[in-house]
Amino acid sequence: MTSHCAILPVLDDDDREFELDDYEGVTARWCPGCGDHSVLTAVEKLLVAEQLKPEQTVFVSGIGCSSRFPHYLKTYGFHGLHGRALPVATGVKLHRPDLEVFVVMGDGDCCSIGAGHWIHAIRYNIRMVVMLLDNSIYGLTKKQTSPTTPQGFKTNTQPFGSFLPALNPLTTTLGTTNVSFVAQTAEWVPAHLYATLRAAYRHQGFAFVRILQRCPLFTQGMYDEAVRNPGMIELLVHDDGVVAPELDKIYKNRVAHDPSDLDAARRLAEDGGHIRLGLFYRNEARARYDLLRKPPKVTSSERIALLNAELDHYAV
Amino acid sequence: MTAVAVPVESGLRPAPTVLKRPEHTVEIVSDSGEGAQKCGQIFGAVSAKMGNGVWTVEIIPAEIQPPPRTAEGASGNRIRFGTGPVTNWGDETNLVIAFNEQVLLGRHLLGTMAGDAIVLLENSWATNSNPDIRAAWDKALAELSAQSYRIIEVPMEEQCLTIDENPRKGKNMFALGLLAYIYDRSLERIEDQIAYAFRKKSEEVFQRNVALMRLGVEWAAANLDFRIDVPTHPPTEALVVMNGNEALGMGALASGMELCAMYPITPATSVSHYLAEVFTKFGGILHQAEDEIAAVGVAIGASYAGKVAFTITSGPGFALKTEFIGLAVMTETPLVVMNVQRGGPSTGLPTKVEQSDLLAALFAEPGDAPRVVIAPATIEECFHSVITARQIAETFRAVVIILSDANLSTGVQPFPRPQLKKEWLAPELDLAPVKEGQRPYEWDARMGTSTRAIPGQPGGMFTVTGLSHDEGSKVAYDAGVHQHSTAMRSRKLAVLQQTLLRPALYGDQDGDLLVVGWGSTKGAIEEAVDRARAEGIRASSVHLTFLSPLQPGLKEIFSRFRKVMTVEINYSDQRGDPFITEENRRRGQLAMLLRAQTLCDVDCWTRVPGEPLRPGLIHKAIRDAALTPGGDQP
Repeated sequence: MTSHCAILPVLDDDDREFELDDYEGVTARWCPGCGDHSVLTAVEKLLVAEQLKPEQTVFVSGIGCSSRFPHYLKTYGFHGLHGRALPVATGVKLHRPDLEVFVVMGDGDCCSIGAGHWIHAIRYNIRMVVMLLDNSIYGLTKKQTSPTTPQGFKTNTQPFGSFLPALNPLTTTLGTTNVSFVAQTAEWVPAHLYATLRAAYRHQGFAFVRILQRCPLFTQGMYDEAVRNPGMIELLVHDDGVVAPELDKIYKNRVAHDPSDLDAARRLAEDGGHIRLGLFYRNEARARYDLLRKPPKVTSSERIALLNAELDHYAV
Repeated sequence: MTAVAVPVESGLRPAPTVLKRPEHTVEIVSDSGEGAQKCGQIFGAVSAKMGNGVWTVEIIPAEIQPPPRTAEGASGNRIRFGTGPVTNWGDETNLVIAFNEQVLLGRHLLGTMAGDAIVLLENSWATNSNPDIRAAWDKALAELSAQSYRIIEVPMEEQCLTIDENPRKGKNMFALGLLAYIYDRSLERIEDQIAYAFRKKSEEVFQRNVALMRLGVEWAAANLDFRIDVPTHPPTEALVVMNGNEALGMGALASGMELCAMYPITPATSVSHYLAEVFTKFGGILHQAEDEIAAVGVAIGASYAGKVAFTITSGPGFALKTEFIGLAVMTETPLVVMNVQRGGPSTGLPTKVEQSDLLAALFAEPGDAPRVVIAPATIEECFHSVITARQIAETFRAVVIILSDANLSTGVQPFPRPQLKKEWLAPELDLAPVKEGQRPYEWDARMGTSTRAIPGQPGGMFTVTGLSHDEGSKVAYDAGVHQHSTAMRSRKLAVLQQTLLRPALYGDQDGDLLVVGWGSTKGAIEEAVDRARAEGIRASSVHLTFLSPLQPGLKEIFSRFRKVMTVEINYSDQRGDPFITEENRRRGQLAMLLRAQTLCDVDCWTRVPGEPLRPGLIHKAIRDAALTPGGDQP
């Protein structure tokens, strides 16, 4: 049992061993070739490897292709509103710190309509794994410009090319007060994806993972070259970072980066010639709202006594 | 228990005239920051404790610190108290203490003062070194002196400077002393109340405030030729006295809810101020979210994860929350929403009362999203409504909206001390395994209810969704599934309605006019009905606590009156206005609802003055409606 859950629930059957079947929900209905399939596989692998109790695990999502994610797992799931996954996850975690919470968001979901919640969730630094499934396009509503659509890319709402440079979720996150874990990975590098999610899960705080992702219908070809040519990828390597030795032979382009160095992380997160994958920043010493906001356990009788004392203040 | 502890010099001057009154209404008005509100709060609380019926209303300018000495900038408190119960703020003010002539002028211009009002007015401005201020004094005094008020100039500043060197400080406690003398309040009780008000300050601050208060008493005893006796009836049962927002907060504690997520908005925020002080020791979390939307989202997340949580807001915030409220309805996540209404639309009247969120509370979501709406009518009901709301939310997996308003939020009234019960508290989380094969929306086709699984329960691992879904929570767009699931979410309201009592009539069971109200207007309506009945008018009233679902029996009750008329603090077109016909007349919100629901010809009398309705005006409206022909219910 390697769960990092702070408070383990008192249940009868702690020795159950969970297998893949225990986590698989209904068959995923994403398009063939969609990067979401790859993320789902990595997450399932993580759940098995870390032996998370399905009943103790909650996947929260917003709206969009990626937000169907919880339906395809056999854990608890909350599929809510566009852009609003993080407040729901915050509520779950504030009330029930014993639960393992994963949040799945798309790029429009997190960085556009949900941007306000995103910035504040980073600051709250409540322990949860947050996956930004970033395919740089609005898929479910069929090819509109998202905040992470590259400048010049043609969409149905900007048919002559996206006007503005893309928002960089990494620099935004790294620039936010109280940031504690930021990583980037790509769905077409499964070993790195898995290793990154594992590092995120083991992080004690708000773990933000941007997952670069292909949309086979609406951003066709966007990452083709990167998929074909590993030289376009630059891995951030460090003993404290995302460790995936099996990648060493394929991805020769590496840069040593100590994830405790925030300044370096911010520089590396800037858009450059390479796609950088790895752990940009980790700091487990940040203030955690979920730890700061733990109320005492109070019984019913104590509650009534307290309220009677409260009423005494207002007694006539 | 009218403890007389006031030293009255005997023999030096004639004994003061004692005016005996069944009730009196007092206003204390100052510039913001001069503490008139604290003075009024203490006076109101002490009056209640001594056995007067009390209703207090805060006088709040729209800005935190508006320019000093302006007619619009008055900040303070209005206290109506009487020998019997007092259920509303009344009509006009009988006695005013004003810290400058401009705020007094403001009250005069608003028409809040009775023609024979007694005025105690700070007079240091008359001799101020600034000629503009002296001129303003002269001009205002000319206007005020032309009225029939009795104006008594009081050297408040001069007196207070003997104790506190800051001329802006201490007048409020001095004024409290004036009131203590005039109305013969117990100085011990006042000191206790001062101690509570300044509990976070030092002993020195407490002592100085007490000294200033006693100075006010002495000055009044030496200089005033009158006192006013509003006989008290010491309460025979245990009472508590608080305002509506404190009552909502305490109701939340008594209901056992453990998470409140909110975003500051007037006039709802003070619920959170109260909870911020005490919630943690009750095992609760008050979460101030980044915005209104996040606040309700956090509450929904918490409710989904276990016990019902709540959010507090006012109109503009409620508007932002509506999408999430729809989600709670669709996912059948229990949720309590407190909307302390203010004037609208848009940012409207942040500190002023209105009842114009009723239709929004009922309908403001995409699609058909049935939810429960209840409206407390008194401070006491503010407390109990939260407990009821929590229970309904949990029982029916429903959203329950509590519609309070700015009148209740700051209104202070004594009420019987609640006898707390364990069953009011939310039950402990039960994380026992879900029974084999149970699905998350296995609706009982008769009741529309279903059993929810809570994360942590083995066997309950489903994904809830805001998309249309079947009993297994599988996303399903089939026509049949959507028809059935919508019916089930709606049926819960019908089932709840069957458990409700018919509303009780105030007055006779039949007559010429039935006044229908909801929320904070109850006291003013019933007082108006009493006055009308005393004149022989056959009027009764009924006050609705449940707005969704409506209480049963309304159509039959309406049929016993020649006319039915709602009284509400929201907008309706008045007959005779340009372009207004029976066809296009926009009616009060409750009137609209009742017409649709009962097919009765429900008329309405509504006003949006930015202040609570006065019983005198309602009385006049009742007289007009009851004495004109027409109506005749089917």
